[in-house]
Parts: sequence; structure tokens; C-alpha cells
Amino acid sequence: MSLTLTEVEHIAELARLELTDEEKEHYRQQLSAILDYAARLQMVNTSQTLPTASVLPARSVLRPDIPAPSLDVKDLLSNAPQSEDDQFRVPPILEQEP
Amino acid sequence: MSSLVGISVRQALTALNDGECSSQELTRACLERIDHLEPELHAFITRTSESALQAAFEADQRRHNWRQSQPPLPALLGLPIAVKDVLALKGVRCTCGSKILENFIPPFTSTAVQRLLDAGVVVVGKTNTDEFAMGSSTENSGYGATHNPWDLERVPGGSSGGSAAAVASGMVPAALGTDTGGSVRQPASFCGLTGLKPTYGRVSRYGLVAYGSSLDSLGVLAHSAEDTALLFNVMAGYDPLDATSMNLPVPEIHLNSGDLKGLRVGVPHEYFIEGIQPEVEQAVRQAIELLHSLGAEVKPVSLPHTEFALPVYYLIAPAEASANLARYDGVRFGMRQPADNLMDIFFKSRGKGFGAEVKRRIMLGTYALSAGYYDAYYGQAQKVRTLIKADFEQTFQSVDVVAAPVAPSTAFRLGEHSDDPLAMYLEDVFTLPANLAGVPGLAFPVGFDSKGLPVGMQLMGMHFREELLFRVAHAYQQVTDWHMKRPELG
Repeated sequence: MSLTLTEVEHIAELARLELTDEEKEHYRQQLSAILDYAARLQMVNTSQTLPTASVLPARSVLRPDIPAPSLDVKDLLSNAPQSEDDQFRVPPILEQEP
Repeated sequence: MSSLVGISVRQALTALNDGECSSQELTRACLERIDHLEPELHAFITRTSESALQAAFEADQRRHNWRQSQPPLPALLGLPIAVKDVLALKGVRCTCGSKILENFIPPFTSTAVQRLLDAGVVVVGKTNTDEFAMGSSTENSGYGATHNPWDLERVPGGSSGGSAAAVASGMVPAALGTDTGGSVRQPASFCGLTGLKPTYGRVSRYGLVAYGSSLDSLGVLAHSAEDTALLFNVMAGYDPLDATSMNLPVPEIHLNSGDLKGLRVGVPHEYFIEGIQPEVEQAVRQAIELLHSLGAEVKPVSLPHTEFALPVYYLIAPAEASANLARYDGVRFGMRQPADNLMDIFFKSRGKGFGAEVKRRIMLGTYALSAGYYDAYYGQAQKVRTLIKADFEQTFQSVDVVAAPVAPSTAFRLGEHSDDPLAMYLEDVFTLPANLAGVPGLAFPVGFDSKGLPVGMQLMGMHFREELLFRVAHAYQQVTDWHMKRPELG
């Protein structure tokens, strides 16, 4: 199978990746080759098979509801590109009205 | 001791306990070795020499006090190790081999590393890795490639290639690695080491930066099965901070018996396919023959869905990666590219911060999960995964362990697969099934090819039966000396 450039651009959009034109063409070819290879999975009859999401026995995991100290706010914010008043700072999320 | 370079974990602990050397002497010998060989090998991303010397000083103090009053002594007191740079160590930058985390300082320590620190280890640095552990050669690092100590023109394997090169070259007696599709076992094989991928759920992954969450495991690279077990003993066991860690007892590992009577070893013909390097097959078959001579019963088995492990893995792992790596958005940590609005920050930071292989896998995973393709790709891969897991369950009804090559060939040249991702993925063909089934795998050296490169064999066993794999490999290493060989380096 061969992906189109439009499909590659759509995937990049979903994945929030800015790609150069060169990268798009490169990935178009490489992803097409990998998906071609993956197509052999269609040969396997799985009509009676359930999917495996985890190899562990299915179980609920709950932790005891006991208060405990959390990580240090200053340590956490020290990794932020921008912070202010113990919060992460980002540019406006909503477009401003003209 | 004549030389502290290249010694095993067991030798190091014996020397420390007998007072033949101090942790400071041992640590300094490691740091000097790193200084000497790092320009050629590039095994490390970040070195922690100062804190290592401080930790070694404290270990020596503690041992000194112990000599006075004999309080319980931690199991690995004063032992220098290296840690793959995908594991959090509080206060020491953790890059994951990615430029997007170039300045990331973890605010906490991973459970496995903390358990080792509590047992007295000295961390000398964070080792090189393929970016976010995605690769089989350590060439995909944002900080340059690592070289194989057995041949500097060749890759050490990956993604735990920095840890493998560090141990094989005598920079440290042991190092931590992670294995999502073979990233401990394949570099162990390429560098002549013993490497454990534990059962999924056996070792806590709290503080391990996530790649493929249903597959990631955290293991050890060292010279021998005994050395590997010494670290595994400390790391293994339930951790409430990791919801996938299993609350099961970890049996004590006894490695004294050299007799393998009663052991049933399965040899799956699907792992001896056309295209495998003849010298690899020969060395592995000889090793199996040796297990037989030690009393094991050897019989052919079949894992019929092996050929599908590669396409299954390269849909499931990228799908999980595309979700896990969504967190790198330039907001709370990691690189942020300047932009006027939030959406552009996402696109530009991720486009610029991730390397080529990571972007490729995010794209592949996003596609496999996207509307209209989910059932055909991701859904079908999950179903075939069930069949791969069932192959193992079936096989372990008639044998105790499965023996197979780790990789189809010995270490390849740097750059050999650099623009052919599919050829690179094929390197993982024998290691992926264990991750998909969640079973433990132990790789260890069983010979050399005509180019002088190490050949590795792996044993796979039932869930949570690591101790059996250690026992078999230890029995093998009692009567062979492949694990004692060291590369000739300046």
C-alpha cells in the first residue's frame, strides 16, 4: 500500500508534529513500506481470538486512601519552560476577538 | 587485587567485603576507565563523578562502622553501577537520549534505582540510549552514537547500548537497561554480556520514562548470570507506585547447583530461520548441546506465530508510544519552541524536539490508531498478540525453558541500517516475542564469530520464573568462560 502526501499530513496533524516537506516525503515512503510489511497480519485468522491489551491478569488496582506528601512544587516548576505564581504559563489558548 | 578494571559484581563485592579495596578506590578506577575510554566509546550522556565519589566515601564509612559493631550491611554496599538515561534519578538530568528533554531534572527517583541506592550502589552516570529507547543500535541518540568495545566500527546494539558498552569495556561492573522489544538482551548479545529482561510486572517501572507501556520492562546488564541476579534480587518485587507491578513473592535465587537433570529445554525451529548468520546458529546449537551434556533434556518445540511478532510489535509499540509521548507538549517540562499560540507551541516543540525515529514511530502509531484503520492494524495486532502469547503457554506445558539465538547476526556496522527502518526492525525479530508474551528472557554469551564478535543465546521461561533462567545460565557459565572474555582496549 502507498500512503499519499495528504494522508501523511493528516497523521502529522493528529500527532501535533510540524514536519518539513522533505520529512513528509521521507515518511510517506518509509511508512508505506512498513505498513506493507504489516499487511501480512491480515493472513492470520483471528475470528475466534480476543485481543490482548495486557499480559497481566485483569484486575483493579486501588491504592489505600491515605494522605501523603506530594512532590515539591518548586522542583516541578523548575522544569517548566515558563511559570508564574506557582503555575505553568502558556500563551493565550483562545483566539482573541478582532 | 591486581586490577580493578573489568571485574565482576561478585569479585567487586568480595574485594570490598575482604577489605582488599575500598569503594572509593573501586569508584576512582571506574571513573578513570571512563575518562580513558569515553572519547572512543561514548557510553555516557551525563556523568556524576562528584556525587559518585561522595557516595563511595559514605559507603566506606558505613563499612568501617560495620567492622566495629556489625549492623546489617546492605547487599551491594559500595558497588559502582551505571544507569540508562531513561530512569529518573532525582536531581540528575534525564534526557532519554532526546533533545526535547535536554534540560529535564527529575524531581524524584525511580523505584528500581532507589532500591539499588538503598542497597548501597554508587551511580557513576547515565548511559546513552536510542531516543526514548526506540532503536536497536544506540545510533538514534540525540547525543551521538555509542561504539561497540569489541569493534569500534560497530554498534553496541540498542537501545541500552550505552549500558552495554560501559560494562563490556570495564567502566562499571554492571548497569541498568530497559527492554521493550529486546533493548537489554540484544546489546548484551552484541557486547558479550549477560542481560535480563524480567517478567512484565516483576520490576517496578515507577520513574521509567514510558515508551510502550504494555511491553516496557527494566533489567540488568552484567558479566554473568550470578552478577545479574545480585542486582535483580534487589530491584524485583511489588511497588504500590506502579499499578502494573505484581504483588508476588520474589523467590531467593540459589545458583550453586551445576546439575540440570530433569530440566526440559525446548528448541523452537522458528528461531533458526534462513538468513541467520551460520556462526550464530552454530554457537547457539553448541550451547544447547552443552546444556544437554549437563543433564538437560532437549526437545524440538514450535512457536508457530513467531513470524508475526515483528509486525505486531511495530504496530502496538508505536501506538502506545504515540499516546505516551503526547505529554511532550512544551508546557510543563521539556523543550518549548517560541510561538504565538498554544497549538503552534505543540507543533513546533514536537517537530523540533523529537528525532527522526521517534517521529516515525509516533506517525506510525497515530496511523494505526486512527479512525478507519484501528481495527485493521491495532486491533488485529492485539489479536495476533494473543496467539503469540498462547504459543508460549502451550510450549511451557512440555518444556521448562526455551533456548534460541538473541539476534540473527552479530553486531552490525555503524550506519549499516541508518536509512532503512525496516532492516533495522528486523534485528529485533527474535527478541520481540518475549515482550509480547510478557515472559522473562535472559541473554548470555555462547561464543564468537570469525570476526571476533560475541554471539548471544537467550533463555525464555514462564512468567515470574527468572530464578530458573539464572540457574540454567549459571550452570552453563560454570563450565564455560565466554562470559570471562574482555575486549582488548587501550
